[in-house]
Amino acid sequence: MNDEPLILAFCCHYCAYAAADLAGSMRLQYPDNVRVLRLPCTGKLEANYVLAAFERGVDGVIVAGCLEGGCHFLEGNLRARKRVERVRQLLAEIGLEPERLEMFNLSSAEGPRFAEIVTAMVERVKRMGNSPLRPDRARAEEGALEMSRQAEAMLEGEKR
Amino acid sequence: MIVADRKKIPEIVDMIKDHRRVLLVGCGTCVTVCLAGGEREAGILGSALRMALRLRGRGDVTVDECTIERQCEDAFIDILAQRVSEYDAICSLGCGAGVQALAERFPRMPVYPGLDTQFMGILESQGVWAEKCSGCGNCRLGEFAGICPITRCAKRLFNGPCGGSRDGKCEINPDLGCGWQLIHDRAVALGILDRFEAIVPPHDWSTGLDGGPRKVVREDQCIAGLCTRP
Ligand code: SF4
Ligand code: SF4
Repeated sequence: MNDEPLILAFCCHYCAYAAADLAGSMRLQYPDNVRVLRLPCTGKLEANYVLAAFERGVDGVIVAGCLEGGCHFLEGNLRARKRVERVRQLLAEIGLEPERLEMFNLSSAEGPRFAEIVTAMVERVKRMGNSPLRPDRARAEEGALEMSRQAEAMLEGEKR
Repeated sequence: MIVADRKKIPEIVDMIKDHRRVLLVGCGTCVTVCLAGGEREAGILGSALRMALRLRGRGDVTVDECTIERQCEDAFIDILAQRVSEYDAICSLGCGAGVQALAERFPRMPVYPGLDTQFMGILESQGVWAEKCSGCGNCRLGEFAGICPITRCAKRLFNGPCGGSRDGKCEINPDLGCGWQLIHDRAVALGILDRFEAIVPPHDWSTGLDGGPRKVVREDQCIAGLCTRP
């Protein structure tokens, strides 16, 4: 049985997604616990996406947007930060540790920082233990993949 | 519009403690606009409640969501009738009127409020709603330069301001504009300050809630005769 935590990272297309890609092509070592979901901007993030991830049993959620002042859509990342704060309050009401959700800012050139963020989040979740809502790792993984597929389909739809 | 706010999850979990199948019903009108009880909020609350119930050992409880256009009118509630029979309780995300409309329409179904209904007000700036009217049934805005002394003066004074008005703020809260300062300033701007020299006689509160619950009847519109609901 795979007891490793599963982290879903909501990544902005213009920064964190590119940074994750860069971390890969730089062959940086970081835990393979993270699944990346691409957003056109973290400003697109809705509270229900994050809740859906936790409901499907992921153990932690990263929201990664551009550096403050560097948002492609001016202030999507600032709005995302406020939404993340609100969802953290909601998680506390639900009875889930708010620390399972965290927002980070980074630029597309920061591959090493992406690796650091993932490593730190995996360590944090390991200290807390896996989510009590996780059915089993395989189903949580399936849920996370399904969500990123839906996000990709949405991005495709918007291009058309 | 009517402005409301979501109740906290533990309170809702406690309200539905005796039920196993709960339908959350959002409303597509005022509470959608004030981001408290529309389709998106119903989805968020549904997800939050399912998780909260699982974490409290009640993962066997079903919580589903749906949203109707307007909860305060039977014509819109009717489309729920079939669906409701599959549940043993409703949690409404409508305002207090919506909650009661559902309860009247489904006499055997427990209906719980998912929101705290706050007031009639306006969108002051994005994410900020402010109270403007108390529905007194005898609108006096014409006499008070368009600013309601009942709603916007903390003491509901008709002959204000009181001695607690300081630098335009109300003594009950330094963040709150004094309603009477606002009335004064607008009266000056409109050139009608002299009208405020006369003492305003006591207000007739019987047209408001103090006179008991009210009904508005338009006989020319009552096709099925006067409604006989209590
Ligand atoms: S006077 Fe009465 S109806 Fe007019 S705004 Fe005030 S409370 Fe509302
Ligand atoms: S300070 Fe102004 S708003 Fe507050 S109670 Fe007095 S008159 Fe009313």
